[in-house]
Amino acid sequence: MLTIGGFGAVAVAACLLAPLVGSTRISLVHAFSRTTPFADNVDAQIFFLARMPRILAAALVGASLAIAGAVFQALLRNPLASPDTLGVSGGAALGAMIAITFHLDVSLFGVPAIPIASFAGSIGALAIVYLLATARRRGLSSMTLLLAGVALNAFFSALVLFVQYFADFAETFRSVRWLMGSLDVAGYTPIVAVIPLLALSAAGFATLPRALDLLSLGGDAAAVRGVDVRRTERIALLSASLATGASVSIAGPIAFVGIIVPHLVRLIVGADHRLVLPASALAGAALLVGCDVAARTLFSPLEIPVGVITAFVGAPFFLYLLMRRS
Amino acid sequence: MTKRLLHLFVLALLVAAGGRSSSAADADAAPPRRIVSLVPAVTQMLYAIGAGPRLVAVSNYDREPPEVAQLARVGGLLDPDTERILALRPDLVIVYQAQHELEQRLTQAHIRYFEYAHKDLANVSSTLRALGDVLGTRAGAERVATGIEAKLRAIAARVAGLPRPRVLLVISRDPQSLRNIYADGGYGFLHDMIAIAGGREIFDDVKRENVQPSTELILARRPEVIIELRYGGAVTRPDDLAPWQALPSLPAVRNHRVYELVGDVFVDAGPHVAEATEQFARTIHPEAFK
Repeated sequence: MLTIGGFGAVAVAACLLAPLVGSTRISLVHAFSRTTPFADNVDAQIFFLARMPRILAAALVGASLAIAGAVFQALLRNPLASPDTLGVSGGAALGAMIAITFHLDVSLFGVPAIPIASFAGSIGALAIVYLLATARRRGLSSMTLLLAGVALNAFFSALVLFVQYFADFAETFRSVRWLMGSLDVAGYTPIVAVIPLLALSAAGFATLPRALDLLSLGGDAAAVRGVDVRRTERIALLSASLATGASVSIAGPIAFVGIIVPHLVRLIVGADHRLVLPASALAGAALLVGCDVAARTLFSPLEIPVGVITAFVGAPFFLYLLMRRS
Repeated sequence: MTKRLLHLFVLALLVAAGGRSSSAADADAAPPRRIVSLVPAVTQMLYAIGAGPRLVAVSNYDREPPEVAQLARVGGLLDPDTERILALRPDLVIVYQAQHELEQRLTQAHIRYFEYAHKDLANVSSTLRALGDVLGTRAGAERVATGIEAKLRAIAARVAGLPRPRVLLVISRDPQSLRNIYADGGYGFLHDMIAIAGGREIFDDVKRENVQPSTELILARRPEVIIELRYGGAVTRPDDLAPWQALPSLPAVRNHRVYELVGDVFVDAGPHVAEATEQFARTIHPEAFK
């Protein structure tokens, strides 16, 4: 409980400190002052319309990716599993590329086409993987799932390149930019739109810790101890994919959060999923909020894509973890 | 959006250092009679100075003037069809400065080329004059160049003394949201056009062709006029500009000064730059054109 409190404190601190910095200097007193009407108060608008939505988006996306990574790693009993492993991110990228290249111009409840298409892509990818893995036998084979994910990712990359070939240069440029990830959501609509999905996946995650602990002993061993393995696997897959799809639709694919955060957390709290899952969510939120601060301020007024920062920080850190373990 | 955006983006990426318009071969060779142009802006310049009939092929992206519809197409900046170009037996090829491979092949085939670099507004009249020299149509080129310069001076005079509002010029963004905005930066012909039209771009200080500003940066720089460009056959809709309502503190939004301008004249730094500049001026300073 104490450790969770520690992770919580770090996450809250990150969320509270992050809105204080940015490419512009603002006066907090003025931002919260009631004397200037909101429509005229630039400091307030920078705080509430530019920074807060970004930090909220960063926290939600970081938490979702990290917890999804932890669940995938436990479910597949593979330390290299991450939200990308099952082709979920690849499917999302394909959806976004199609929306950008073919100018899909529909919106649903005020959500524009690109997030919708990327979410549809991620769920489509999951459906294919799931059908493949359950087609021939009862229950899921984690090996089949992993390999199907690898193959599907390659297939989606090929399709992304194929779609890009038809794009003109401006569209290609925009889609490459999308692939780098961005948290500048410019308002709360994209966040509000994914809240129901995230709530659903959070409810799913909440049922998982004990079953995941037992599953780590192997499917049969877990079944003997009263775990409904198929049901657990379904809930885990569906929740983790919903969380990943929702994140990707907000921010684009953001590398490494889903893989390094669970490893880092397990180093600190051990293997108990009642601790690993919430701690991963909190640490993921803190990490992505921090990376976004770096993205916003390092070269201001220019901004670095946040996905570049997470990969830049994440890859060396992951190598360090590997070396330490071996 | 259309393929025309290509020029802005590719060229923004490839703004090469130096960049003079020059001819590879000696200038006293006979004036070229069979020209291939891979640069839409230069194609339009050639028609403007009366050398249009000498064109035998243009790029895949040329649409203006309508006469180009009859001409052969030989690729573009990234994918010039070298074989077809050579097969057309041109005696002058207009290339982008970044097309080094094509330049090498042309040199091997002893074909002259004219190198076009995408630069600032002054580059339009200097390119026109350089073309006049190479083509032996100096007088025609001079007339067009001085005509453009005179029109630009007239526009500048018309808005002289008026307050210069802060302008945000948006080159592209995601539809229906304010994400992935590409704005014009403090360098290039669009930047110069806004300055002549009596505006002051909010990213004047960023000496790049374009900027990807965050929401925060746009809020902080408080544009008084927002102009969004749409190219070619872009379909405009009444609610295109609605997403700006999300940032009500922007003076441009509050004072209903968010505009959409449509046309290829904003992509090609060709002979119509003065007309495009006038459209900017009429948008920024409608009071000066009553």
